[in-house]
Amino acid sequence: MKAEEFTHRRQQLAGWEIVIETYRLGETYFTTISTADAGARFARAQGASKDESEQAALEKAAHWLSQTRRFPVTNE
Amino acid sequence: MSTVTASPDVLVSTDWVSQHLTDAATRLVEVDVDTAAYDQGHVPGAIGWNWTTELCDTLVRDIIPADKFESLMSRSGIGNDTTVVLYGDNNNWFAAWALWQMKIYGHRDVRIMNGGRKKWLAEGRPLDTQKPSPTAATYEAHPPDLSIRAFLPEVQDAVKKHSAALVDVRSPQEFTGEILAPPGLPETCQRGGHIPGAKSIPWGKACNEDGTFKSNAELEQLYSAAGVTRDKPVIAYCRIGERSSHTWFVLKHLLGYKDVKNYDGSWTEWGNLVGAPVEKP
Repeated sequence: MKAEEFTHRRQQLAGWEIVIETYRLGETYFTTISTADAGARFARAQGASKDESEQAALEKAAHWLSQTRRFPVTNE
Repeated sequence: MSTVTASPDVLVSTDWVSQHLTDAATRLVEVDVDTAAYDQGHVPGAIGWNWTTELCDTLVRDIIPADKFESLMSRSGIGNDTTVVLYGDNNNWFAAWALWQMKIYGHRDVRIMNGGRKKWLAEGRPLDTQKPSPTAATYEAHPPDLSIRAFLPEVQDAVKKHSAALVDVRSPQEFTGEILAPPGLPETCQRGGHIPGAKSIPWGKACNEDGTFKSNAELEQLYSAAGVTRDKPVIAYCRIGERSSHTWFVLKHLLGYKDVKNYDGSWTEWGNLVGAPVEKP
């Protein structure tokens, strides 16, 4: 077994730059999503097609990003 | 540019690993942020360590205690003379975390596979789902080498006396206090910002897009441009100490800085301390 159709790309989601990686193992596609700046992986999914896997991961990512609070960057 | 390391024995390529898959003196270990990744498929012959249960004290907030470390090595088939090659996802975050702990306990020959799991997958190299069952080995940990680990009092002292360069390896948004944790992860601190005087050099700047480390020349420029030079002690920190172990590895082993420590208490300690000074942005 080996990973096939490995792809890696950056895109914007809810105001954040994210990195999407997808590959196929056997008949299953795996997708992981991380934030570009922090580099932390925070969403993953799998599916029978690349689109299905990425869509499911993106939905999870959008949910988690919507929960991220942003604070003013002042000393007050 | 090619990667040339100050300690060439600590970084190996995917090609090197491919040629040593059946080497009895070498043990491959996968350590991922995503603890389910190993089961999907791993480098043939590699064992998997779970950082949440096997690379920390599960009761007290601390690294793995010496006796449990010895037990982990033993059941992993690792003896004191075994060459250990670590790799993992997220550009080797927790592989670096594991290497840092192995160095604390004095393991002589431990290396990182450049590019980690991502590069292995991207190159279409073979994967296996079978978990090896290594023969138990005898292992004796050395007394902990605390010259590579910073605790809170030392960091507080460094802030007061400007006696060390503090490197904040989190994202710029975490550094400024705009966010309290990487997006999508739970907030684990009461205050945002950074330790006064720290320089922001995100860990990821040390990596190429394929997950490999940048060349020594690029790395030297990255840190020296921020005033982090080899003539002064360095303390790296992040949120829980794993991203900073990646930067610690770069500074200590790729660039050969003499005095580099990982402050694993990191922002989850400093950002929760009552009365601790915080700098923003």
